[in-house]
Amino acid sequence: MADPTDPHAPNVEPSNDRRLSLVGDWTLIAQRQLEAKAQQIVDRGKLAQALTLDLGGVTRLDTAGAWLINRARRQLAEAGVNVEINRARAEYLTLLNETSYRDFGPKSRPRPLLTLDLIADLGESVVIGCNEFYRGVSFLGEFAATLVRVVVAPSRFRLTSLVYHMETMGLRSAPIIMLINFLVGGIVAQQGIFQLQRFGASSYAVNLIGILVLRELGVLLTAIMVAGRSGSAITAEIGSMKMREEIDALSVMGLSTGEVLILPRILALVLSLPILTFIADMSALAGGMLTSWTYGGISPVAFLSLLKGAIALRTFLVGEIKAPFMALVIGLIATMDGFATRGSAESLGRQVTASVVKSIFMVIVLDGLFAIFFASIEY
Amino acid sequence: MTTPSPFPTSTNPAEDRESIISVRDLVVGFGDKLVMNGLDLDVYRGEVLGFVGGSGQGKSVLMRAILGLTPARGGSIRIFGEDRDNLPLDRRRLLEQRCGVLFQNGALFSGLTVKQNIQMPMRETRDLSPRLMDELAMLKIELVGLRPDAADKFPSELSGGMVKRAALARALALDPELVFLDEPTSGLDPIGAADFDELIATLQHTLGLTVFMVTHDLDSLFSICDRVAALGDGKVIAAGPLRELIESSHPWLRSYFHGVRGSRLTAGVAARGDA
Repeated sequence: MADPTDPHAPNVEPSNDRRLSLVGDWTLIAQRQLEAKAQQIVDRGKLAQALTLDLGGVTRLDTAGAWLINRARRQLAEAGVNVEINRARAEYLTLLNETSYRDFGPKSRPRPLLTLDLIADLGESVVIGCNEFYRGVSFLGEFAATLVRVVVAPSRFRLTSLVYHMETMGLRSAPIIMLINFLVGGIVAQQGIFQLQRFGASSYAVNLIGILVLRELGVLLTAIMVAGRSGSAITAEIGSMKMREEIDALSVMGLSTGEVLILPRILALVLSLPILTFIADMSALAGGMLTSWTYGGISPVAFLSLLKGAIALRTFLVGEIKAPFMALVIGLIATMDGFATRGSAESLGRQVTASVVKSIFMVIVLDGLFAIFFASIEY
Repeated sequence: MTTPSPFPTSTNPAEDRESIISVRDLVVGFGDKLVMNGLDLDVYRGEVLGFVGGSGQGKSVLMRAILGLTPARGGSIRIFGEDRDNLPLDRRRLLEQRCGVLFQNGALFSGLTVKQNIQMPMRETRDLSPRLMDELAMLKIELVGLRPDAADKFPSELSGGMVKRAALARALALDPELVFLDEPTSGLDPIGAADFDELIATLQHTLGLTVFMVTHDLDSLFSICDRVAALGDGKVIAAGPLRELIESSHPWLRSYFHGVRGSRLTAGVAARGDA
C-alpha cells in the first residue's frame, strides 16, 4: 500500500524555499510513509525563517495526517519557524483544530532495578501463597458452617441442584473414567507379567494389580480426571457468574452463595467420587484380567481366585476412604478459584488453569499423606 | 453534482447521493423464523441514519447481517458499492477496515488496557512507529472525552459510560468512513447520553463519518439523526427525515412517536419548528 508510484500517496512538494505544497492522501493507509513525509516538512521547514504549508493538493485527510501536520508545526515553532496554513478546505481546518498538538506526558514509568524487581516478586509470591492458604482455610470454615446450617434446616437443601451436578460431574464422567482405568489396569498387568516372568512368578502380577489398583491407582486416576473435567467446569462456571455480576445478584436477593452454588457442587463431588472410584477399580481389574489372560495365560477363573487370595476388603476400603477427601479438596479449590476471578477473560483463564493445577497437585499430596498414615497404623 | 460532498447540509435523500450501504431484498432467519423478509435499505454518504424498531424486531440482527456476522439467506448487501461476500479475502479485509463498530456492550478486549484496545487495530493492520501509535491512541482518548488517566485502565475498571467512550475510540482507531453504533446511549444517564450524542455529532462533522445508528433513544433521533428508518415485520416500514416519520400514519410509527414518551418529544419538535 505504501507504493511510491501510487498517485494518492502523500507527498511534500516545495514550491519555493518558503512554501511547501502537500499533495495526496494524508491518511493512515500510507503508514510509515506518512510519518516520513511529516518529518520532511520539519527538515525542509527548518531551513526557512517562515513557512507556508499549502494544503490545496491534499485529497484526503484523517486524524493521523492532521496530527502529524500539527506535530510538524509544533516542532518548527519550537525551532523558531513561523508556519502558516494555506488553501485548506474548511473541514480540514476543523480537523486540524480538533487535533492540535498536545503533549501527553511521559509514556511510561522508568523501570526499577532488576534485582529489586526479582526480590519484590519473590516476596509477593510468598505473601500470595500465605493469603491463598488463609483463604482456603476460611473457605473451608464457610463451607462447614453452610453444611451445619443446612443440616439444622434441611428444607434449605437443594436436592434438585445436587442431583443435577451429580449427573454432570459423576454420571457423565463415568465412561471416560472407565476407559482410562481399563487401559491403565491392562498396562500395569502387562508390565507386571513381563517383569515377574523372569523370576517365574508371573502369577504374582495379580497381587500387584489388585493391591496397586485398589489402594492407589483407581482413586488417584479418578480424582485427577475429575479435577481436570469437573473442577475446571466449576471454576469456569462460578468465574463467569462472578464476571457478569450474577453472584452479586444472588446475594442481593438474600440467597447465600454457599447454599446455592458451593454446597451442591462440593456435595455432588463428595458423593460421586467414591462411586466413580468403585467403577474405576472394577474397570482396572477387568483390564488387568484381560491382559493377564492374553499375555500371562491366566484364565479369568484363575485370576479371580488369585485375586481373592491377594486382597481383602480393607485393600478396597483404603482406596475408597480417600475418595471423599480428594473430592472435598477438588471442590474447595475449584469454587474458591472461581470466586477469585476478576473482570477480564484473561483472569478467568488464569483461574481455571490455577484451579486444575492446584487440585491435581493437592490430590497427589493428599494421597501421599494417606500412604504415610496407613503405613504407620499398619493398615 | 456528481462528486458527493463529505459534509452534506441537506437532510433529504436526493437520488444523486452516493449510497454507502445498500441492502436489497435481504432475508435472514433462524430456524424456521424469518427475522428479515425482503428488507431494502440505503445509507448515504455523510449522513447519520437512525434505525428504530420494537424490541426483538431484529435491529441488531440487521446490523450483524450488514457486518457479515450473521449469514443472510438471500438478497444482497453492498458496502461502498462492493459485494463483500464475493470479494477475495484481502479485499474483504480492506473493506472491513473502512468500517468501525461500537457494539452494544462495548466488546472491549478485557485483557487489554483502553490504550492497548485502541492500538490493537493499528498494530495489526498498519505499520506505524510506536510513538505515533501512542500519540494517536491518546488523541482518540481525548477526542471521545475520556480523561488521559483512563488510558492505562482495564475495561473492568471503567464505568458504563466510559466503556462506551472507549469502545467508540477503538471503533475510530483506523479513521473509518462508516461507523456502526449499536444503541450507543443505552445505559447512560440523560446528561451522559446527551453528551454522547453531541460527541457523535461533532466527530461526524469533523471526520466526515457516515453513521448507522441502532437506537431506542428518542432524544438521539431528534438531536443528531439526519434520517430515520423504522423496522417492522422484517421490512423497513418507513425511511426518511424524522418529520416524515412522525407524520406517517403507520400504526406502529404512530404509537412510537405519539405514545406517552414520544408525544412529549414530538411536541418539542413541533414547538421548535414553529419558533
